[in-house]
Amino acid sequence: MQSVLTPKPPRSSKSGRTARAQGPATGTPKAAGSARRREIWAAYGFISPWIVGFVVFTAGPMLASLVLSFTDYDAIGSTHNVGFANYQQLFEDPQVAKSLMNTLIFAVLRVPLAMAFALVLAMLLLKVGRTAGLFRTVFYLPVMTPPVAVGILFLLLFNGNVGLINHVLGFFGIEGPSWTTDSFWVKPGLVLTSLWSVGSTVVIYFAALRSVPKDLYEAAELDGAGRWTSFRHVTLPQISGTLFFTLIVNTIASLQTFTEAYTAFFGTATTQSYSSDAALFYVVYLFQQAFQYMHMGYASALAWLLFLVILVITIIQAKVSKRFVYYEGDQR
Amino acid sequence: MAAPPQRIRRKAAGLVAAFALLPALSGCGGVSMADSGNSTFTTMGFMQSDALASDRMDAARKALAPDGLRIQVNEGAFDSQQFLSAVAAGDAPDAVVMDRTLVGGYAARGALMPLTDCLKRERIDTGGYVRTAIDEGSLDGTVYALPDSYDSRLLLTNDKVLKDNGTSAAEFTTGNWKKLEAATRTLQKRSGGKLTRIGFDPKIPEFFPMWAKANGADLISADGRTAELNDPKAVQALTYAVKLVDAQGGWGKLKALRDSFDMFGAKNEFVREQLGSFPMEDWYVNVLAGASPKIDLAPDVFRGRDGKPLNWSSGLGWAIPKNAKHPEAACEFIKTMTSTKTWVHAARAKAKETRASGSPYTGDVTGNLAADRIIEHEVWKPTGNKAFDKATRIVFDLSRKGFAVPSNPAGSEFKEAWQSAVNRVLSGEQTPQQALDQAQRKAQSALDLANEGRE
Repeated sequence: MQSVLTPKPPRSSKSGRTARAQGPATGTPKAAGSARRREIWAAYGFISPWIVGFVVFTAGPMLASLVLSFTDYDAIGSTHNVGFANYQQLFEDPQVAKSLMNTLIFAVLRVPLAMAFALVLAMLLLKVGRTAGLFRTVFYLPVMTPPVAVGILFLLLFNGNVGLINHVLGFFGIEGPSWTTDSFWVKPGLVLTSLWSVGSTVVIYFAALRSVPKDLYEAAELDGAGRWTSFRHVTLPQISGTLFFTLIVNTIASLQTFTEAYTAFFGTATTQSYSSDAALFYVVYLFQQAFQYMHMGYASALAWLLFLVILVITIIQAKVSKRFVYYEGDQR
Repeated sequence: MAAPPQRIRRKAAGLVAAFALLPALSGCGGVSMADSGNSTFTTMGFMQSDALASDRMDAARKALAPDGLRIQVNEGAFDSQQFLSAVAAGDAPDAVVMDRTLVGGYAARGALMPLTDCLKRERIDTGGYVRTAIDEGSLDGTVYALPDSYDSRLLLTNDKVLKDNGTSAAEFTTGNWKKLEAATRTLQKRSGGKLTRIGFDPKIPEFFPMWAKANGADLISADGRTAELNDPKAVQALTYAVKLVDAQGGWGKLKALRDSFDMFGAKNEFVREQLGSFPMEDWYVNVLAGASPKIDLAPDVFRGRDGKPLNWSSGLGWAIPKNAKHPEAACEFIKTMTSTKTWVHAARAKAKETRASGSPYTGDVTGNLAADRIIEHEVWKPTGNKAFDKATRIVFDLSRKGFAVPSNPAGSEFKEAWQSAVNRVLSGEQTPQQALDQAQRKAQSALDLANEGRE
């Protein structure tokens, strides 16, 4: 509908912009080519920090870890080629399945909850009018809290005996569980704690909600749509692209969750001695293998397995999203 | 594509070079030993938290000064990632202090240098240190670390809680498991659904080796090569210790209450009567003496089921990492830090500092036999506080009777295997037998892997 009405950009717009950039003095084809080359080099110059960063800090280490995953590298002694032994061990190690399952459960619990919570907060922000800026800042501030502090916060707030959460539940006559020690409640507790830093998603949703054309709501109202129908048939389709983006980003972040759980359960010798498998997330286990046990080769294989898991999940999400995500200008 | 003009090429090259150098110029963060010059001697894992530590470091500074070396103490507890990264990057500290249970693992992987030459050159007699502490810092008979501390474990009981419940410290013993369970049930206190007082805290998982030993089981063979985690006596010990936890509402409630203790404050669990009794490391006597010297403390030894005193000892050890820049100075440094003269001088300084603050000085046990004797008989004096004086005497006595988990090349992996097993039982995921069977497989696999090529 709208996509059909939206005029496509003229094919000449690119060259038109170039022509404007050239100005009247560079009207000849030779001068135009020279200016274009300058633009290209300037563009490379501007993106070079990212390219250097990507090659040095991402692509290089990824390639190195791929090579290391076929070795018994321990960072100190001599390194030997072990073929696919590390990958074979992934399927024999019960902790891999355990940590992967913990991580998937965490992601399944956290992603929809965080998205729904952020959307509710963003919609409330729309209603508060001129004070939206203040609340936007307030919601975003917790994102600035170091994850290590959030891990400690989890232990304090969710302590089954003296924690604030159970005190509040107590007011309603609910006896709160032992969030930090009962293996059943550890993951839900960490999921709830993670909502502390939902601010960035709120800001993204707020921007998306503000960009929904008002006339669509007016049209829906004229057609007799109530609040829920408007939300279901106008708001959600209009922000579906944003929802999809945050779904991908939150899923990846959840599958890579580390700091909060590590701080709360594995960070010190004391916490480590009490750490139950309930908080053993995949990246925590990877870190243990690499830096506690010095199995760098095996840890590299673990990293590549996680990469594949994330890749597969993202591809599935992208495929499924084609049925639900609406992009302006889309032909469907 | 045609090449850009020379001026643009120069600009572009300059730009690319600038950005390429940016990471190198800005550095990558973290604690680096590389910035220290050739005249700087670096340490890792050491904290100058009291006079006992700072006085010894002063002695080491004086010892290395004639060599033109300045000691840089990188404050903070030992961190395996930091240490490993430093060694792998060829940026190792000159001396490192770590939990002695880790020494075997790092030694097996070549991250630490044997002290054989050092001991010979500096004429250090390992017989001058507590045997178990030397064994813990050794692997296959080669010494890799000298003791920097010696921790014993004793039983600390709140006598007021016992009296209020119609019992006494004389009747309270860990040697009789049936009586201990009954006492645990009596001393615990609940309010609503919450546990408000732990009757007896068995301190598992961390003290599981002591419970196993109390029942006659070792977790690993004396040569450190064969795990014995699923020994029936170890399984029985774990079953019993978990029973004590379950008798008080289960792990969730007990741990939640334990986590809420103000352990280092004036309103600690003894003052607030949140705890009846527990086995604990000896350093906690010192903490209680400073924070709450007037508590009704009833210290005693932890006893095995045979009724005999049992002490699981542990502690830190000084080692020299592979690729240390000043290995000879490191040897001199370690000798100085662990020498009788240094320890006694430091203990006097600490005693003076403690007494000046108005707290009772409860002595120090160092792992150096001669130093411990002098500290016990000359530095420490009875304070008049009967409870803490008794605790101090127990600690001095226990230091001569400790057992240690034999050193092994799997290091932290072995420890993690049994700790996780206990946690799985506490959280109800597995039975003691299942958990220790799994731990046995994991630990033995780690030991076999670590022993590969070391036969």
